[in-house]
Amino acid sequence: MADQTRPVRFLLGSERRELSGIDPNTTVLNYLRRVERRLGTKEGCGEGDCGACTVVLGEVEDGRLCYRAVNSCIQFVGTLDGKQLLTVEDLAAPDGTLHPCQQALVDCHGSQCGFCTPGFVMSLFALYHEQGEPDRNRVDDALAGNLCRCTGYGPIAAAARSMKADGQPDRFAREVGRIVQALKALDDGKMPYLEADGRRYFAPRSSDALAGLLLEHPGATILAGGTDVGLWVTKQLRRLDPIIHVGQVADLHRISVDERWIEIGAGVTYSDALTTIATHHPDIAEMMRRLGSEQVRNAGTIGGNIANGSPIGDSPPPLIALGSRLVLRRGERFRELALEDFFIDYGKQDRQPGEFVVAVRVPVADPKRILRCYKISKRFDQDITASLGAFALTLAGGKVEDIRVCFGGMAPVPKRARAAEAALKGKPWTREAVEAACWLLSEDYTPISDMRASAQYRLRVAQNLLLKFFVETTEPQTKTRILAERRAVHARA
Amino acid sequence: MHGRSAATAKPAAIRGGVRNPVAHDSAAKHVAGTAIYVDDIPEPSGTLHAAPGLSTRAHARVRSMDLAEVRAAPGVVLVLTAKDIPGANDVSPIGAGDDPVFASETVEFHGQALFAVIAESHEAARRAARLAKVEYEDLTPLLTVDDALRAQAFVLPEHVMKRGDVDSAIARAPHRLKGEFRLGGQEHFYLEGQVSLAVPMEDGDVTVHCSTQHPSEVQHNVAHVLGRPNNAVTVECRRMGGGFGGKETQGSQWAAIAALAAVRLKRPVKCRLDRDDDMIATGKRHDFRIGYEVGFDDGGRIVGISFDHAARCGYSADLSGAIADRAMFHADNGYYFDAVRIRSQRGKTHTVSNTAFRGFGGPQGMLGIEEVMDAIARHRALDPLDVRRINLYGDAPRDVTPYHMAVEDNILPELITRLEESAEYRRRRPAITQWNRQNAYLKKGIALTPVKFGISFTTSHLNQAGALVHVYTDGSVHLNHGGTEMGQGLFIKVAQVVAEEFQIDLDQVKITPTNTGKVPNTSATAASSGSDMNGMAAQAAARKIKQRLTDFAAEKYKVAAESIAFLPNRVRIGNQEVPFKDLVKQAYMGRVSLSATGYYRTPKIHYDRETASGRPFLYFAYGAAVSEVLIDTLTGEYTLTRVDILHDAGRSLNPAVDLGQVEGGFIQGMGWLTSEELWFDQQGRLRTHAPSTYKIPTCSDRPADFRMQLLENMPNSEETIHRSKAVGEPPLMLAISVFRAISDAIASIADYRLLPKLDAPATPERVLFAVEDLRARLEAGA
Repeated sequence: MADQTRPVRFLLGSERRELSGIDPNTTVLNYLRRVERRLGTKEGCGEGDCGACTVVLGEVEDGRLCYRAVNSCIQFVGTLDGKQLLTVEDLAAPDGTLHPCQQALVDCHGSQCGFCTPGFVMSLFALYHEQGEPDRNRVDDALAGNLCRCTGYGPIAAAARSMKADGQPDRFAREVGRIVQALKALDDGKMPYLEADGRRYFAPRSSDALAGLLLEHPGATILAGGTDVGLWVTKQLRRLDPIIHVGQVADLHRISVDERWIEIGAGVTYSDALTTIATHHPDIAEMMRRLGSEQVRNAGTIGGNIANGSPIGDSPPPLIALGSRLVLRRGERFRELALEDFFIDYGKQDRQPGEFVVAVRVPVADPKRILRCYKISKRFDQDITASLGAFALTLAGGKVEDIRVCFGGMAPVPKRARAAEAALKGKPWTREAVEAACWLLSEDYTPISDMRASAQYRLRVAQNLLLKFFVETTEPQTKTRILAERRAVHARA
Repeated sequence: MHGRSAATAKPAAIRGGVRNPVAHDSAAKHVAGTAIYVDDIPEPSGTLHAAPGLSTRAHARVRSMDLAEVRAAPGVVLVLTAKDIPGANDVSPIGAGDDPVFASETVEFHGQALFAVIAESHEAARRAARLAKVEYEDLTPLLTVDDALRAQAFVLPEHVMKRGDVDSAIARAPHRLKGEFRLGGQEHFYLEGQVSLAVPMEDGDVTVHCSTQHPSEVQHNVAHVLGRPNNAVTVECRRMGGGFGGKETQGSQWAAIAALAAVRLKRPVKCRLDRDDDMIATGKRHDFRIGYEVGFDDGGRIVGISFDHAARCGYSADLSGAIADRAMFHADNGYYFDAVRIRSQRGKTHTVSNTAFRGFGGPQGMLGIEEVMDAIARHRALDPLDVRRINLYGDAPRDVTPYHMAVEDNILPELITRLEESAEYRRRRPAITQWNRQNAYLKKGIALTPVKFGISFTTSHLNQAGALVHVYTDGSVHLNHGGTEMGQGLFIKVAQVVAEEFQIDLDQVKITPTNTGKVPNTSATAASSGSDMNGMAAQAAARKIKQRLTDFAAEKYKVAAESIAFLPNRVRIGNQEVPFKDLVKQAYMGRVSLSATGYYRTPKIHYDRETASGRPFLYFAYGAAVSEVLIDTLTGEYTLTRVDILHDAGRSLNPAVDLGQVEGGFIQGMGWLTSEELWFDQQGRLRTHAPSTYKIPTCSDRPADFRMQLLENMPNSEETIHRSKAVGEPPLMLAISVFRAISDAIASIADYRLLPKLDAPATPERVLFAVEDLRARLEAGA
């Protein structure tokens, strides 16, 4: 196998690095702080929720260099392969001149204790390299994954709005050509491989190779974005072996659209899927905008969100409401099933050892079907759902031709409201019918009480969401969404 | 010197003197990642790492503790338990003896440290700590404040503050109301967790680099635990990655563990808590149950009020006494009561020991009276702002607080008038009521609430500070004082004071780490007192040196002392001017001491806790905020649409830094009252112990429209440092306006005639249930 594998190669700033004998469970953060002694990047939480450890990864896509912010505390070193890793130490010019995003933070009084600041700097740096000047909504989204306990965010947001004021490209923009060449030179098509203390890491390059490896190692941990698996190591102190990373499987990264289906490869990140989804299903996109944070969406995949089987994953309910299907593969055998059938029980999915998710097939937009999706959590951004309701309705002559209602956070799995659906199907779409169906939700669901919400609240809000859905489908002029009101104000600001 | 006139050649002012909005001293280092926190200090070779082993029960007798597997785990060098402590097994900040480093016979909260693992790496220590086999015999845990009161379990005795005959005042009042509500605690969520690096020195001494607001207390506690005199321990802190009160007393335990191991093994030891351990094992803001009974007249003016405060203190006293006292000191906020009684109970529970948090009880006390203001307004169908206004402190006799101190500097009525106008409260109020009539599901709410916050430690002896200033022979200055930097900008403000005093550019003043070897016996950087006290102490030190330079110059240049003046970067001596650094060099050659200590103690204050009367505060800091919210009555979600703030920082030492405190404090207070919920399960386990489950505000939670100003032309009436005012804590309480605005939006459902039943934090769940409760009461014809 040695002739088919190679060490993990990446650029740290502009310097080439090659890793082979390092524990694949090593996080990028620990690698930076302990091996490279780059101490600017901080550990705030070790679970990808505070953003103090934010770094930027540069990747060549369609010949272009794209910068994305990720949480280094839950990324494993192997996933750096083929990328440029930028940390806060890389940004100032060699003569010490601060990068415009750093200088803007200083000018706007954007740091107090300073511990979160390197993470903010890196999120701002990624935002700096996006096209155009960000409006306030974009700033809020780009910074949602960075917690600051001192400033109240205003000065940091002001820095984000002013950092591109001089309109000049930064020195990174001037060096793109060189970096792209250097990144391309890292790859020889072989499989990146790490091994230390008997723990192994594979990053196959094709689905066929992945399928073969998984047959060989059916107990392997499949790693996609690491936004969940990372915590198994940092919080549960598990030692994973082997890790098989799907992030470099080229054919799992495709999104294709035909007249019936949007097919999203299992390795596609939320960020990459967002544009396509927004075109067809804007309400899912609006929910996804609030799912995790910029850093999480840049790493996390829809495939991973499904495969991991969490009852509070945010993508399954709307995808189930739409009637999405899941494609799985084991060895040479492919199979397809309705997405809702994949979720069997808490922690149990219809996936055999050695089998992996290839893609999710999502129905395209249908002008006859109304889809709405509501995510309820204590905080709007980067919060785990208490209850998430998705509703897909097709009306014909004022009557319900078809309705699919699916909730997350209400049962051990994402689950359809069969009783409520049955009560509505074929009936006139009226408030009376909807209110009757609301009561049936208590037959469909027996939610639990936990730190996110009580059972009572989960049920009550589920009923009210169905009512809200009714209002939105029948009284389009009535205001029902506080965030829409807020974001409209922001877009004007 | 070559015929150029002073007017063109000499700067008119120094760079960075007081009142300049200069950037935080570490701003450039923060953004470049070069600011060094404790975990970034290059580790001396051989550094080991500590991790605590935590109790998995809330209240239990420890039958046995088998640590064999822990000791045998890879990389483990030492396991410490209570038996390994040579001195006292206690880090209580008040010497109460109830805060063990390691629990031994019984555990009193889920997460209490039982032992610590010292290992070659942080991971090895954490991993080994999970291998302990502890047998517990469970005892009944008291988890809530109600549990504590039912069991009559207290960490400290009840305290009462009173003035006038409250019972008969309420009995005679035209209107009476009784009520009770609850408010939650708050996790500090400093971004940098608790961390200490202990380096062994000769003679068994130790130097501890600790992220702490109180180096002296860490020093004393570490010495106490080691059984050594205070002079065997040196504690240093350059900066913290946030404190907010969470590093006032909570650092000692981890510093003591690191120091114990370092001294014993003669190797450096670092103890850095993982975030989850930090949130589980360290104290938080106290949650309260507040009951009230109030009598008032037709116009809503209070004639008598009685409060019952019950605080959940956790398993030990810590600072709960002073915190619960401060809640009582702020039960009046900015309002005068003819007759008042405040009773405070300090409940003992089997939960983590609650501790200091920005506001230190003040926010809880204030939230109580602001609830009452709304209750009166709804009962009388008045605008809550009118009820607030009519109750404000005024001229004598309406100027006496419940603790018998006269409010001499009452600028609140004027401040509120200015804010009411700039925020257009009177125009917006009816517009919002109208909007609510037209919208069935979304509702708007608005509220203006004031803040009056007492400045000084209420434990009077703590109101002292020291500083140390050296001037080197090149004219550069080394500044040190007992205050600590946690991001609040204390260091830059004190440096500005020193630059101003010497009339030298700010970049000539070197800011140096707080160190118990330089300035001893300091108080915590707390109670918003940092700039007031350390600024004064540093000024005093600088003045000593200035006086020596003046005396020296008068003698050397043979001029009268009165003809010597410190001008920007130079000194006028008679009719000639000498650069500052030249005079310094000359003074050194003339054998003049260029180093001085400075000392300050707050004047005028005195307090007799027995009679609950005196002048605990030198002065008050004021502010007010108008918040407007939009709520969704179907889900309970809400968003903050506009906030206007007018805040009193006296004559600000640094308006940029002070506005930063106002904005950050407001958002932190908003988090406390909205999304931040500490959720304990029935076994007493905190289940919101990480940012995934404990939700502090994010960028998009700040107000859509935020207008913030410092009150201008209003210097402190007391002789504080350059007539500025303390600003660390008071703005947090401006966020009470958010909570009241949410309540106002809910109240719109019942045409503002009923007070919504809303406890804090106002999570979407609580808001939705308050909406439904109000609807039910409306239907029941309440």
